[in-house]
Amino acid sequence: MADDFLLRVNGLVAGYAAPVAGPLSFALHRGEILGLAGPNGAGKSTLLKALWGGVKVFEGQVEKVPDLQISHQAQGFDDLRGVPLTGRELLSLTGATADGLPSWLAERLDRRLDRLSGGQLQFLRLWACLTAPADLILLDEPTNNLDRAGVAYLIDWLAHAHADQGIIIVSHDHGLIDEVCTRVVEVGA
Amino acid sequence: MSFDLLFDPLFRVPFVTGLLLAGLLPLLGMYLRLRNEWLAALAFAQMASAGALLAMVFDWPMVAGGVLAALLAALLKGLAARAGANAYALMMLLAWAGGVLLVANHPLAEQAGHALFDGQLYFTGEGHLVAAALVCAVVLPLLAWLSRPLLLGRFFPAFYRARGRDERPRLMLFDLLAGLAVALATVSLGVMAAFALVFVPPLIAYRSGSSWRAGLVWSALIGMGGYSCAFVASLGFDQPFGPVCALLMVMLFVISSVKYSRM
Repeated sequence: MADDFLLRVNGLVAGYAAPVAGPLSFALHRGEILGLAGPNGAGKSTLLKALWGGVKVFEGQVEKVPDLQISHQAQGFDDLRGVPLTGRELLSLTGATADGLPSWLAERLDRRLDRLSGGQLQFLRLWACLTAPADLILLDEPTNNLDRAGVAYLIDWLAHAHADQGIIIVSHDHGLIDEVCTRVVEVGA
Repeated sequence: MSFDLLFDPLFRVPFVTGLLLAGLLPLLGMYLRLRNEWLAALAFAQMASAGALLAMVFDWPMVAGGVLAALLAALLKGLAARAGANAYALMMLLAWAGGVLLVANHPLAEQAGHALFDGQLYFTGEGHLVAAALVCAVVLPLLAWLSRPLLLGRFFPAFYRARGRDERPRLMLFDLLAGLAVALATVSLGVMAAFALVFVPPLIAYRSGSSWRAGLVWSALIGMGGYSCAFVASLGFDQPFGPVCALLMVMLFVISSVKYSRM
């Protein structure tokens, strides 16, 4: 198990101008899917960003294996309307693969992003992060804006073994956390 | 109205110089629009114009003055990234104020100022052509290399930082390339035409392109096609090139909008 170590977080307190989240401690190994649970406003998304330096760390340490490749699916939507980019071009940006995409999206890959439904677009963005080359995948509320078919496909994909990767999920969706996470850490409890 | 001049060898060099820039500027405009920074092109053009005027006053080459001023603007823009559109507006105000003061206080600057704004394409020489060819040779391959980071910056802003890599040097390189090309276009085609070529073809291509690659091809073709029509029209009707080019570009946008709204 020691060889499979990816990340160790010890007493992490993070925020922006001032600390807003933490302290948080956990260790993550390859093959694990860790859920960060907690009430709204506990700072789960902030702590997720702190793992790669996206926000200021006030206290504690984040110890990573050398050359750790992180893929972060952030919450929120940039307005993509009007940009002439296809789904296939979007996937190629992150180095993601189209293999394994659900058929309802695979057949629309050559359409412009602004010709896809909100659920299809969200799933595609998620897929671009999920299948990008990475050791650690950070998912922030991945089921937001997904339709039922998308959520079901995501759960199925996560449930299959990803022995080489570690995954951390922040979600208010207890069903998702319970179904796919191998371990849950409470934040702000 | 006379179109005989079109076949005069004297106008071949200006035409080819402008054609090269008319293919390049829309490509840069595609990425400036992607980053919501199309206003930066106008700031670069105004700064280049003021720099060229300043160079003329000190009896230095105007092209060098324009390029240096635009590169300085690109550098400032990169350093003041958080200021966004405010930085462009401040640069434009600085360039306008400086340019108008130079025109008011220097006897030769008034004529040069008009030429820079209207476009002095017909007076460009082989030096401009060589510079345009060199800029295309440098900018095009670098732009192809920068394409992925620029697109990632819009669609997945955390992509590089999450992998421990700093994307800022690449973004700054893009600013410098855009500044360089817009400056050369400003001293060759004029402020108005340079901005029209950066702004309008991407505006149309964003609507009509079926993919990013198709959008790039469309924007370059629209730029070169619109420029060629403007060149012919301004020579044939003996009108300044800049306003004719800008008007034609706006007309192209209106026509494409009508077509698009019917689809």
